[in-house]
Amino acid sequence: MQFLTVIVRRFLYAFLLLLAVVVFNFILLYMVPGDIAETIAGESGGGSAELMAEIRHSYGLDRPFHVQLFTYVGNVLQGDLGESYYFNIPVLDLVLDRLAPTLLLVVTALLLAIFTGTLFGIIAAQRPNGVFSHFITILALIGVSAPVFWTAFLLIILFVSMLQIMPLSGLAEPLSESGTWRWYLDVAHHLFLPVISLSSIYLAQYSRLARASMMDILGSDYIRTARAKGLGQRMIIYKHGLRNAVIPVITIAGLQFSHIFSGAVVIETVFSWPGLGTLAFESILRGDTPTIMGILFFSAFVVIVFNLLTDLAYRIVDPRIRLSNTA
Amino acid sequence: MRTHLKLAAAAAALLVATTLAISPAMSEPKQGGTLTFIYRIIAGHFNPTIASGTPTGIPGTQLFAALLRYDDQWRPQPYLAKSWTISDDGLSVTVNLRENAVFHDGKPITSEDVAFSIETIKANHPFKTMYAPVTKVSTPDKLTAIIHLSAPHPAIELAMSSQLGVIIPKHIYGEGNIRKNPRNSQNIVGSGPFKLKEFKPGEYIIMERFDDFFLKGRPYLDRIVFKKMAESISRIIALETGKADLTSFSSDPQELTRLKKSKHLTLTPQGYSAIGPLNWLAFNTARKPFDDKRVRQAVGYALNKDLMIKILYAGFAQRATGPIHPGSAFYSAEVNRYDYDVDKAKALLDAAGYKTDGDGIRFKTTLNFIPGGATWKRWSEITKAQLKKIGIAVTLKASSDFRSWLKTVAGHDFDMTLDSVFNWGDPVIGVHRTYQSTNIRKGVPWHNTQQFRNADVDAIMAKAGLEINLQKRKALYAQMQKMVVNEAPVIYINASPYHTIYNHERVGNPPIDSIWGTSSPMDNVYIK
Repeated sequence: MQFLTVIVRRFLYAFLLLLAVVVFNFILLYMVPGDIAETIAGESGGGSAELMAEIRHSYGLDRPFHVQLFTYVGNVLQGDLGESYYFNIPVLDLVLDRLAPTLLLVVTALLLAIFTGTLFGIIAAQRPNGVFSHFITILALIGVSAPVFWTAFLLIILFVSMLQIMPLSGLAEPLSESGTWRWYLDVAHHLFLPVISLSSIYLAQYSRLARASMMDILGSDYIRTARAKGLGQRMIIYKHGLRNAVIPVITIAGLQFSHIFSGAVVIETVFSWPGLGTLAFESILRGDTPTIMGILFFSAFVVIVFNLLTDLAYRIVDPRIRLSNTA
Repeated sequence: MRTHLKLAAAAAALLVATTLAISPAMSEPKQGGTLTFIYRIIAGHFNPTIASGTPTGIPGTQLFAALLRYDDQWRPQPYLAKSWTISDDGLSVTVNLRENAVFHDGKPITSEDVAFSIETIKANHPFKTMYAPVTKVSTPDKLTAIIHLSAPHPAIELAMSSQLGVIIPKHIYGEGNIRKNPRNSQNIVGSGPFKLKEFKPGEYIIMERFDDFFLKGRPYLDRIVFKKMAESISRIIALETGKADLTSFSSDPQELTRLKKSKHLTLTPQGYSAIGPLNWLAFNTARKPFDDKRVRQAVGYALNKDLMIKILYAGFAQRATGPIHPGSAFYSAEVNRYDYDVDKAKALLDAAGYKTDGDGIRFKTTLNFIPGGATWKRWSEITKAQLKKIGIAVTLKASSDFRSWLKTVAGHDFDMTLDSVFNWGDPVIGVHRTYQSTNIRKGVPWHNTQQFRNADVDAIMAKAGLEINLQKRKALYAQMQKMVVNEAPVIYINASPYHTIYNHERVGNPPIDSIWGTSSPMDNVYIK
């Protein structure tokens, strides 16, 4: 019974939090100077006061603040995120259309970083003073300190300009027909450089983390016991060491998932990757308030749901949390 | 009767002839091929009747045809209008449409559509002066439209061309609020040489040849792919490696310097005389100390404009001397050029009563600059350094984004600002607005934000705006330029160094044969 109450309460909190986020976003964006009428007039190279008043009226921007707020919140509760001022299409369509490319980019980059990073770290941990270990340390240092756009531009210069074996930008060639196997290959081809650039930051972090964690574990008692039993190095590392060494990696990976949108903005911009990051960035510059609010709502939603699920999972898995904490 | 009856064939011959000079190894135009056009931004929609930005205009003029088109010598040519006549009193324009012209859905283009389009532009387009004198468009028959004017309007032909006067179908855009019509960006039914195949917001546009286009045999291209490329380095690589054929409105000096080295690329400043982009330093003439003409003139003498152009634009930009772009038919060089003269500047400030204090400072002021891109910031730093020499201490004011800057200037909350303003072909459309005392509208972008008031300038512009005789009109504008430059509400630095860059090994008849450049139909462009 108690568990059920906790779940219901959790959902309620999540809902209220999301509502607060929506209201807060609205107020924040309302206070930002400039609006869509100025953007339209600005792009047009001028405009009359009448025209700007008319644009404001047609988007309902001339109504009092509380009316605008309640209308917006009411619409969001009904699942309507409004229409983009700039594109005149529903924000939901726009956001959903951009979500897949962003997820593809970020998840691929994250997975690549986790696997290769962990692998590098573990190999390095076995000979902490070996050549490979130093190589990994230097690589990690470069990965962490080099700005991601710099890495991206270097890769572009090397692979696109000099070697000319990689495409420059976009998700796929506009003329290739989507859905065909050629198109999937084309997407994979276009994905290569953005993923390498983006994962370079994460890769560095994971290899450092895995190396430290593995070195720690290799010094522990049970590994010494395993060695005493006469087990081979390979067996020790991959059977006994690895499981424990990846725990911090998994924890960090879980945390980083909520950085999903911010990390990709730069890469998306550099490669003209049609994701949420570029959409958010450009919408801010254009003053396309409904789109910005839609993206913020979406990211808040993803993070809150993710936290809720983690929380519930903990409660199911760990009896101590389930019983002790009712908050 | 002043008649412009020109055959389309003659116009076509002229277009071909003007481009002949550019590529000596000229091949015959041939059908087919895909042109890849890259651009910094992709607009949200492509309906030029409700917006004037070039990101809307470049694709917009491919999808929609205007009544007229222009060659590169400011001569109007027939386009959707087979011929047109302006009455002797200048109060009506009779337009005869082509019999074979159809929209992309196959419905004929009639005078009803012309009337609807002009009314839509008049009601929605930001350039109010363009069609302001139009009282009515009557439609005596399906192929004849008569535009009635309340006063002679010499800008009318220009307003009937390129992205300023496109014809849209009444049966598609006639219902509801046109600003929110989803067919401004999707399922467009146009009148131009290309039809919309696919538009991915913020990514690309694919256009395909319209087979029933009213000019037989045109367009030559099968397809145009417009791709957004926001990063300068991406554009450079795309052009260098041949992944892109063409770009326009490129003004970054580093980009231009680099691309100039590519053997297969041609860089040309041709095709921007109608847009007429000017970069200048503007004063808030309603505020002290810039309410004093002598202070403004002193700033003019203190700026080493030639040096600035050399440093900022690597020599790619042309010097601007007055309110009218050097490429315009109305440009006059007979103005005070404010050649660099520090002593003169100091003397003017002394005369205005701004003496130096113990630190050599006469007064403190601020300078706003347009955010984005290194050039504006560097420009403001050079200005600051140069004004320091005559005892003006300048604090630079950065804006977080373009809109904030626009709002600051439109709200008159500045002392000095850098600005970039377009002439838009005819002075009535793009020049008057920045100097007319009747056009000081706080909060509206690009009005007379300098708050310049001069009854003589007002009067001469009013007169020039109604003068049909070209020579007389030129004389009036020459006078106007002299007066404005002398009053110095603005110090003119340069014409924006916009360049069109194309791969001359692939692109034939590049779109530089019109005063409108890439904002004109590319029906003549072909792939070699």
